[in-house]
Amino acid sequence: MRTAFAYFLLTFKPFLQGLLVNATLWQPSASIQSLKMRAEIIRNIRAFFYKRNVIEVETPSLSQASATDIHLMSFSTEFIGPHFSKGLPLYLQTSPEYAMKRLLAAGSGAIFQISKAFRNEESGKHHNPEFSMLEWYRPGFDHFALMDEIDSLIQCILKCERAVRITYQNAFEAVFNIDPINASLTELKKLCEIHGFENIAKDEEDKDTLLQLLFSMIVEPTIGQDRPCFIYDFPASQAALAKINQENPKVADRFELYFKNMELANGFNELTDANEQLKRFESDNQKRTSMGLAQVPTDHNLINALASGMPECAGVALGVDRLIMLALQKKQIKDVISFDIERA
Amino acid sequence: MANYSTNEFKGGLKFMMDGEPCSIIDNEMVKPGKGQAFNRVKLRKLISGKVLEKTFKSGDTVEAADVMDTELAYLYTDGEFWHFMNNETFEQVAADEKALGEALKWLVENDVCTLTIWDGRPIVVTPPNFVELEITETDPGLKGDTAGTGGKPATLSTGAVVRVPLFVQVNEVIRVDTRNGEYVSRVAK
Repeated sequence: MRTAFAYFLLTFKPFLQGLLVNATLWQPSASIQSLKMRAEIIRNIRAFFYKRNVIEVETPSLSQASATDIHLMSFSTEFIGPHFSKGLPLYLQTSPEYAMKRLLAAGSGAIFQISKAFRNEESGKHHNPEFSMLEWYRPGFDHFALMDEIDSLIQCILKCERAVRITYQNAFEAVFNIDPINASLTELKKLCEIHGFENIAKDEEDKDTLLQLLFSMIVEPTIGQDRPCFIYDFPASQAALAKINQENPKVADRFELYFKNMELANGFNELTDANEQLKRFESDNQKRTSMGLAQVPTDHNLINALASGMPECAGVALGVDRLIMLALQKKQIKDVISFDIERA
Repeated sequence: MANYSTNEFKGGLKFMMDGEPCSIIDNEMVKPGKGQAFNRVKLRKLISGKVLEKTFKSGDTVEAADVMDTELAYLYTDGEFWHFMNNETFEQVAADEKALGEALKWLVENDVCTLTIWDGRPIVVTPPNFVELEITETDPGLKGDTAGTGGKPATLSTGAVVRVPLFVQVNEVIRVDTRNGEYVSRVAK
């Protein structure tokens, strides 16, 4: 009898634990009504691009390489099967950027994609480790022409006013009266101390970390409140995969879109120089080593695609879930996705 | 001394800041798509009771606060201290008014409260989630009005004032949720 009971407990342990955890977690985190409105928004996004003859594509979620960006943490897994009995390491993509650029280099023309992106260590009111991203590329556009198109899309979905455009430097100076592009580390540290960030500033040697702190905590709440706001001409040290500006090498042809305390999109006049791209990947990996982070394999397929000639283009990634949050006036990302990470 | 990384931050976690133990009320991740992640934390300093916001760089660590929560029954007050007892060891602990704070208005003799002990002394007293208290003063409700339509204020034996439905009368005992100070139900004597 006792063994039978022990057997019962062991067999049904996962089930019993499940009951103890939370019997309501099977339910979606978003209401069915919100999910219906979500479906409609996504249909409208697709219609927007069909009308403009932008082709919808699908690229792999799993790749042998991933983003080297020191602030992006990829999930990794392993393929085991034919030809890879010992296992092939794979990364869930933090965005479809590299694969889409390979399509551009192969002559796809204008393309868009709505896909899942995966980022480890990101969870909160505006973050879920798995989220939906709208990414598109426009050969022949510069980043200002692309901003026009994003603006049209946002107005179409959110029925809001036209976006304003401010340079990173002007937005920063309007709040702090300090030029962020030319400020010294000491000046930025002092600014952080004034705003109650002395605990972060005291040991920080990286100007960009302090700039990102001041920008996201203090500047962001002052912009894009009534209408969307494009911030452009980011510091060259935060160029990511954007071209460096031809007239002012201290800034990059990179922009972000903000609306109602939400960072909605990030775009570039895309870097097309294979050597420069490889250098940035390698510099990221060196930084990773010095920070004690694992290196990420460089995507040589992307480098080779750039070397073979990717058309001059502008591209942007937009957070679909956040756009839907704004459209439905929801405060948390879990209110607009079927199952957040806690329920996944 | 143990440390917590920002990934371990959650409501109720206690750590040391400026030499004072504090407790996390709310923790929110702030991360630019391209850039450093931060944790914006709302916290309560447990000694001064001050609530403030502090930002941490994600990945940083803080020193864990060596605080311990113990369950003790409330005995009595001598006017200066409030005395509690461990029902198993009979050990007694005295808490001052600062440690009691809001808990003062929910103290019922023999109720088991949670005392947060730091450096050998109680710094926070948390009453049980539900307490039962007698109404000492309230306007008589209108006859026939049995539905809770907004209610009326009622003073309890501890001095606490809560909103109760109109049909609840003086000398009745009611059950109150101490976390939001709201009336729950009447209690049969």
